[in-house]
Amino acid sequence: MRREAAYEPVIGLEVHAQLLTRTKLFCRCPARYGAEPNTLVCPVCLGLPGALPAVNGEAVAMAVRLGTALGCRIAPASVFARKNYFYPDCPRNYQITMYDAPLCEGGALEYDAPEGPRLVELERIHLEDDAGKLLHRPAARSLVDFNRCGVPLVEIVTRPVLGDPSDAALFLQNLRRLLRWLGICDGNLEEGSMRCDVNVSLRTPGSRRLGTRTEIKNLNSFKAVEAGIRLEIARQRKVLEGGGEIERQTSLWNARRRELVVMRSKEEARDYRYFPEPDLPPLEVRAELVERERSRLPELPLARERRLRAEYGLPAYDAGVLCAERGIADYFERAVRAGAEPKEGANWVMREVLASLRERGGRIEEFAVSPDDLARLVRLVSDGAISRTAGTEVFREMLRTGEEPGAVVGRLGLELLADPRRLEMMVDAVIAANPGEAARFRGGKRQLLEFFVGQVMKESGGTADPRLARDLIERRLAPGGGER
Amino acid sequence: MPDGGYSDLSVRGIEELYRRGGARPSDVVGSCLDAIEAKDGIVGAFVEVFREEALARARELDGEDSRGRPLFGVPVAVKDNICTRLMPTSCGSRILRGYRPPYDATAVSRLRAAGAVIVGKTNMDEFAMGSSTEHSSSHPTRNPWDTDCAPGGSSGGSAAAVAAGMVPLALGSDTGGSIRQPASFCGVTGIKGTWGRVSRYGLVAFASSLDQIGPIAADVDGCARALRAIAGADGIDSTALADPCPALEGGGEAALDGMRIGVPSSIKGIDLDPSVSAALAAAVRHAAEAGSRVAEVDLPDLGLTIACYYVIAAAEASSNLARYDGVRFGMRVGSDTLGEMYARTRSAGFGEEVKRRILLGTFVLSSGYHDQYYGRACEVRERIRDCYRRLFGSIDLLILPTAPGPAFRLGERLDDPVAMYLSDIFTTPASVAGLPAVSIPAGLSADGLPVGLQLIAAGGREDLIVRGASALERAFAFRRRCVPGGSGGGGRS
Repeated sequence: MRREAAYEPVIGLEVHAQLLTRTKLFCRCPARYGAEPNTLVCPVCLGLPGALPAVNGEAVAMAVRLGTALGCRIAPASVFARKNYFYPDCPRNYQITMYDAPLCEGGALEYDAPEGPRLVELERIHLEDDAGKLLHRPAARSLVDFNRCGVPLVEIVTRPVLGDPSDAALFLQNLRRLLRWLGICDGNLEEGSMRCDVNVSLRTPGSRRLGTRTEIKNLNSFKAVEAGIRLEIARQRKVLEGGGEIERQTSLWNARRRELVVMRSKEEARDYRYFPEPDLPPLEVRAELVERERSRLPELPLARERRLRAEYGLPAYDAGVLCAERGIADYFERAVRAGAEPKEGANWVMREVLASLRERGGRIEEFAVSPDDLARLVRLVSDGAISRTAGTEVFREMLRTGEEPGAVVGRLGLELLADPRRLEMMVDAVIAANPGEAARFRGGKRQLLEFFVGQVMKESGGTADPRLARDLIERRLAPGGGER
Repeated sequence: MPDGGYSDLSVRGIEELYRRGGARPSDVVGSCLDAIEAKDGIVGAFVEVFREEALARARELDGEDSRGRPLFGVPVAVKDNICTRLMPTSCGSRILRGYRPPYDATAVSRLRAAGAVIVGKTNMDEFAMGSSTEHSSSHPTRNPWDTDCAPGGSSGGSAAAVAAGMVPLALGSDTGGSIRQPASFCGVTGIKGTWGRVSRYGLVAFASSLDQIGPIAADVDGCARALRAIAGADGIDSTALADPCPALEGGGEAALDGMRIGVPSSIKGIDLDPSVSAALAAAVRHAAEAGSRVAEVDLPDLGLTIACYYVIAAAEASSNLARYDGVRFGMRVGSDTLGEMYARTRSAGFGEEVKRRILLGTFVLSSGYHDQYYGRACEVRERIRDCYRRLFGSIDLLILPTAPGPAFRLGERLDDPVAMYLSDIFTTPASVAGLPAVSIPAGLSADGLPVGLQLIAAGGREDLIVRGASALERAFAFRRRCVPGGSGGGGRS
């Protein structure tokens, strides 16, 4: 155990996020996923001789939006640079990225971790274009699909400040939430619209000097990020404890075998020969653009999460679930504004709404039950007009037909059955139908009360007022209560 | 129809011919195609001639109105590194043999929109790297004035085609002098505009921060008309200048009156052919007589400029030419492994000069050498630009030779790349500083070969070089010789 503590990991992340622009970064081809191979291409993204890049303003605006949301310094003039390397998925054999003059510098992502508020400082954010996709076929044949080639990416680089694998995973989840919240990336790790490379090094605690770092690529899930980092830390620790030295290397995460495979050793390190892209003038970002993006920023997820707790007295868990997506938080607050009691509303959103979204798929923005109707439903329940059980049924009907809750209640006759006479008759019928249970209840088996309540609810189609029903059952089965 | 057909007419001459109703576009284009057929077997200016397509287009134009189309019915030859839609564009390289781009370069589509007819593609040094057009995978081009001599390069095919009277107008490209030096060697006029004046979209890149497309014609007027047609902002080239090209008019004899003209003091140490010195002296004399204020000026070190040019050009070329890898287009030499396919394709596809520059460029960008070479060259370039910016605060035009001497003999410098590089000593300053420059024919050497003079102005001031060059052109009254290997001749009157 003491040896375990002899080294502490230092982790930095490089996250690539595909921007949800209509067109690619340097040409007008649609930036769309899932089309037939090589149908979304042109001379520019195919790197044909003579074709030149022209920067997509929408991508710049999105990157600026992210930069302002993270409190970065936005450079008034940043410089695209060429990163030279040969690979068939990169048609020009250089990537257009940013090197020593990135679009955004500094900034930090803030979020609430279980142990308290956390602030992860960023190094930089820059724009670059994505590569195509290689499809390796049997019989030594490889095909290239250039549809993805030229899709805009932001690369978000943290400072080496993350302390352990779960810390890294939590940062990523919060970054993903922000990217989706801002509407600039769909954050799909499996499909690769968000990709994460990790830098890991070890050092002795208290030391300010960083150890030699290694890189892990291809981590395509939060679990993979954690597992990959854990493996790399263990490997480095073993090397150091054996008196060895860490060498620069790059490994790939193999998701199927859940292991790291060395891709490039120190000797094979690439020299990218960066230099400023002569086909593009410095990217000028005017103060007006920065101001526009800043002023249009929505309330950010962390602030919203904290406000939901403070303003509505929601538990941290509820606020976290509701703020997983901007659309969910919006939906919830619309329902509250339409009159739903906050905690009740939160319960309905978290259970019924999110469950049926998960089941049926689709976006909350297009959810069949409007927040106003949900609020009406919540009020019907909390006002005692219908039972919670009936409420669930009404919700299912609303989902199916799009009716407002009052109409469903009327059509299905789900109004709360609180008429003592009718309820009494129902209770008597249930007791008569279950003489054995009745006898045992009278013999002292009080737990059977819930059984009788359940039977009455069933008999009434869920409309019975459960409190009244319980009272009546108790009274009827009480010693001396007797049946008529 | 005159003896030599219509192919020998100037751009203005063709316009006047049409206006008079003396001929139709199909007559002029046909005449040019005939001239190419008759002369190009000797000169070798063309790598592709689009006979049928050009005639078909000309016949369409026969029935159309010329109004609003400044190059209506003008046959144009296009250097083979400028993309022509579905027509071969091979940049003088084996690696692109048979390549047909799916689109027209902006300059080409603007020529077409102006009514010009593209008659063919002209020979060049491979990927525009060279000063003699000998580094072409296809064949060397000969200088129409003396077929044992090089036409200069890399736009040697375009200059030779105009000089030999095969076409009135051609497009070239200039990275370190590739329009101006062959224009000088072939006794024709060529303009390289301010960097960004003409869209580079569709110009196969050699060194992006230096490349410019420009016209080559028999006279300044022809160049000015063509430049006007192809210049201007282009949404798909972010480095194209946004501000409009100034009006390009000759302005007559009075143009030189009151102009401030600088003559470099630093060229005294350079070995110039006597005909070049004489032409320069004559130009200075004429300008002074016409009312210009001529003064000696100091230029940034020319040796340093050429070194800076070669480092930056090679660096950018090494990256620009990375895309020729056998994967998507052009030549492929297959292999079992990817790395070997790259190596074999590029080894077989590129010529020696291109390989030399790719290696040089890769080296100057390599980690450990980057700052020392590329980084330093960029700093030097900034200083050179500043110097010229200051210089053009006090003068309007800089006048200097285009090349130290007339055309050299074919093969003479092939084994001496450094000597070949040094023939760019007067052309690289305008390239490195991004300034507009024109080369006009200014006399003949003792061997009867043309020599040129160059005028350079401040960035954006193409109007000044056109005015100055028109006035000097008139003073020199240079006559072009059109029959390769034949008699005729021209010179200063």
